[in-house]
Amino acid sequence: MSVGTPIDRIEGRLKVTGAAAYASDRILENMLYGVPVGSTIAAGRVLEVDADAALAVPGVVAVYDHTNFGTLHSHGSSSLRTGIVDEHRAPLSGDDVQYYGHYVALVVARTLESATEGAALVRVTYAPDAVHNAPIRSDEGGRSVGSHRGNPDAAFAASAIKVDQTYRTPVETHNPIELHATVAAWEGDTVTLYETSQAVVNHKLVLAQMLGVSLDNVRVITRYLGSGFGGKLWPWPQSPLAAEAARRLGQPVKIVVTREQMFMNVGHRPQTVQRVRLSAEPDGRLASLQHDYTNHTNMLDDYDENCGEATTYFYSVPNLRLTSGLAKRNVGSPTSMRGPGAVPGLFATESALDELAVALNMDPLALRLRNVPQRDEGLDIPFTSCHVAECYELGAKKFGWEQRTAAVGSMRRDGMILGWGMAGCSWIADRLDCEVRVELHDGSAHVFCATQDIGTGTYTMLAQIASDALGIAVRHITVSLGDSSLPPGPMSGGSMATASVIPATIDACKDALHKRESAASQEAAVGYGRSNRTFGQDKPEKSSHSFGAHFIEVTWQPEIARLRVRRVVSVIDGGKIINPKTARNQIEGAIVFGVGMALFEETRYDLQTAAPLNRNFADYVVASNADHPAMDVTFLDYPDYDLNPLGARGVGEIGLAGIAPAITSAVYHATGVRVRDLPVSIEALIASAQ
Amino acid sequence: MTRVDDFDAALHAHTASAHYCAGGTTLIDLMRQDVERPERVVAINRLPLTAIDDAPDGGLVIGALATNSDVANDPRVRAEYRVLSEAILSGATTQIRNMATTGGNLLQRTRCIYFRDSHSACNKRDPGSGCPAITSYNRNLAVLGTSEHCIATNPSDQNVALMALGATIDVRSVSASRTILIDQFYHLPGDTPQRETSLEPGELIVAVTLPSMPGWRSHYLKLRDRQSYEFALASAAVAVRLNGATIADVRIALGGVGTIPWRAPEAEAALRGKAVSREAFRAAAEIALRDARPQSENGFKIELAKRCLTQALIEVTA
Repeated sequence: MSVGTPIDRIEGRLKVTGAAAYASDRILENMLYGVPVGSTIAAGRVLEVDADAALAVPGVVAVYDHTNFGTLHSHGSSSLRTGIVDEHRAPLSGDDVQYYGHYVALVVARTLESATEGAALVRVTYAPDAVHNAPIRSDEGGRSVGSHRGNPDAAFAASAIKVDQTYRTPVETHNPIELHATVAAWEGDTVTLYETSQAVVNHKLVLAQMLGVSLDNVRVITRYLGSGFGGKLWPWPQSPLAAEAARRLGQPVKIVVTREQMFMNVGHRPQTVQRVRLSAEPDGRLASLQHDYTNHTNMLDDYDENCGEATTYFYSVPNLRLTSGLAKRNVGSPTSMRGPGAVPGLFATESALDELAVALNMDPLALRLRNVPQRDEGLDIPFTSCHVAECYELGAKKFGWEQRTAAVGSMRRDGMILGWGMAGCSWIADRLDCEVRVELHDGSAHVFCATQDIGTGTYTMLAQIASDALGIAVRHITVSLGDSSLPPGPMSGGSMATASVIPATIDACKDALHKRESAASQEAAVGYGRSNRTFGQDKPEKSSHSFGAHFIEVTWQPEIARLRVRRVVSVIDGGKIINPKTARNQIEGAIVFGVGMALFEETRYDLQTAAPLNRNFADYVVASNADHPAMDVTFLDYPDYDLNPLGARGVGEIGLAGIAPAITSAVYHATGVRVRDLPVSIEALIASAQ
Repeated sequence: MTRVDDFDAALHAHTASAHYCAGGTTLIDLMRQDVERPERVVAINRLPLTAIDDAPDGGLVIGALATNSDVANDPRVRAEYRVLSEAILSGATTQIRNMATTGGNLLQRTRCIYFRDSHSACNKRDPGSGCPAITSYNRNLAVLGTSEHCIATNPSDQNVALMALGATIDVRSVSASRTILIDQFYHLPGDTPQRETSLEPGELIVAVTLPSMPGWRSHYLKLRDRQSYEFALASAAVAVRLNGATIADVRIALGGVGTIPWRAPEAEAALRGKAVSREAFRAAAEIALRDARPQSENGFKIELAKRCLTQALIEVTA
């Protein structure tokens, strides 16, 4: 059996030797380079684009703006309704400017250097409008009720023990190391797009409509991805720009988004403001939970961060209300970022629970155990498999939680104050439509699916599943992914790819084995498998989620205001683990991601111009290697057979949920400072007593 | 780009709108961001200025092209001028330190976001255009030595250490050579923030000299959000000569909080002759930050710098 063993990534050698070709590695014959020009206002209209100086740069072949680029179809228009894209307005489709850095022109040249020089020389005249960038409020926007049960107002009013606090999370920029890129090449009326995409099938669907061509005339290829974190799920404007420019010029066009443009043109996690009201019985049982959140979105778009993702089922509570609202601002379109909704949402609700534990003078672990749900009370259906209580108990044991003393600043080691905190976490587990083809030869096999490996181990996992299903060693199995011409596979998002590909792969393997038995010849047998989605059902019979718990130690040195995360113990209930090595990588990466979210990351916008200011890797602070804590990750490994025959869920996002509130819980324990606005800053802590 | 092999060629290649370029770790970045547009770049990497030599009367002469890595790892620097080694190693990354040079680092430009955004107003980049930092993003900017025209921080770690060591800077021009004490090298922004140093056009830094400091010990402490690869929010370079438990002499410089690497002579004077104690150090830190002026977002740096200096003095005298 290969499933369940921690084998190395089968494509690892290609990656560490540089042989794996990423999108921007593609260099095609006669290829041109495009560099988009971003607006230097955040709201208004383009009056004139003067391209004379740019066109005079040797090597520049074209400068496009909204007056000479034809019409790409915007999402929501009559010809573009299916597929998902977060920035709905097609690039260069009007003279309006919706956010700072919005593409207003495209310079195409024979070299990247010429295109870059040309882009710097394009002179744009604007008619600016007033910029909408006021801070967002928790009661802003048309409020919609996401979930309601019991009478939360009455329960809250009647309770003597309550928490009513507001939590804020800032804009975070995904910043995968690999820059977003598109290489577009037409052959006749068919275009091939080498993309940085977490979802090539959706990308093909959207681009065909934007370009006004039939689905058969678009092919999208992402063989390897240098991470995406959700920022590469849906198409961004550089893709239609490259495709349309290539069509007009009759030559391939490459556009690589710069690090600076990543802060403007390819999405971000929006800022959220979340009011949480909790009330409890004296024994800690929750009496009511109200969660009201608002997130910002672009003036033309309607991105909902879904902060209530976990709120409705993660706690046993009879009275609950969840409301949301959108705040329109002159900012680029937000998009999914690792654990969208649940990650900022759990920061708010788990922080509030930590505050409730203090109010009750109760251990935060005991409070969690007191309120573990037995079924999904939001939908009033059972869970497929839920072991969150064991996550709490095992994590506490591995961490040594029973040695914790509750008083602020009461624990010390090596002259430093220790803070111990904890939080729970959860994330959806579901399946998307998937088809797989397997070619079975004598002693070897080839697995084909359009889904992508975004660095998480999908190639390897598919080889392991097919190995077991066919009885052929992993080294004799080839896997082809990341190509929309292959059998359609799911997006690599929502932690759903693994669960989705398992049934189809097993069925395709069985089909191939069956066909070979019945076939007379020794030729390759070709098997097909197909499985349907569970995600998005109107009336699901069961509720499927992953769960987990994090225990975190920070050290605090008030004499130099230095806070560090030292130790993290995470226990994850993520179903059957296909490959413990790649799965542990996911959780460990998510923990470091969470250290960045809790302590460092914030995209800052200028108060006047609404320009993102710290749009580079020196000023946008992410966790460095030196900031990694010691990490101890355990998987419970209980199969969830309602989801697929192996009982696997997904583990890409669950590890990030709950890290930030566990850190701020530890920060409070060490310093007495309750941080409700992320990131935890030195300025917030320095006021605490020396 | 003009590449030169000797001093004469270098000094004669320099024109009013030219820039010398050594490691390029600041200048090339700024050219790519359209902040610097020199008509000519004079590449001086081939000049024979990489040596680190003993000075005739004690001390150390560091060639202007000695890389940050070479200086930080030099056994004499590590033994006799620990503050300099620690300061350099606390900054940037190994890759950058392998390229960056001693002379270039003396001229490192500010990390003020508005200075580095060519679409923004900035009195340092475009005199008279204004300073948006004063009313917007200024968390990482200065609290000492500011003016109504500029609050940009000098971002260097190396130069804070050199300030605490009392280094001198040897420069050469077509017509003359001269030596500048580092205390006189940096200009406060005042109403001419575009003028950062006392270098004259065409002058080339050829060496930095560290004085002989027998009996001194020194230390650099840097505070920032993350543990590596970030500019200081506050840092302290301290050098001290003890007589038993008494401070015979001390030199103090602060980084991350000043528009220039910030020497604190009054704090030094307050400590001379005092017994080693946390209280004395904290009192000196209060003096060092006495004239600090907070901006809208960076008031915390005043207290942070006080704690940083106090702790650096505790550690260097321990």
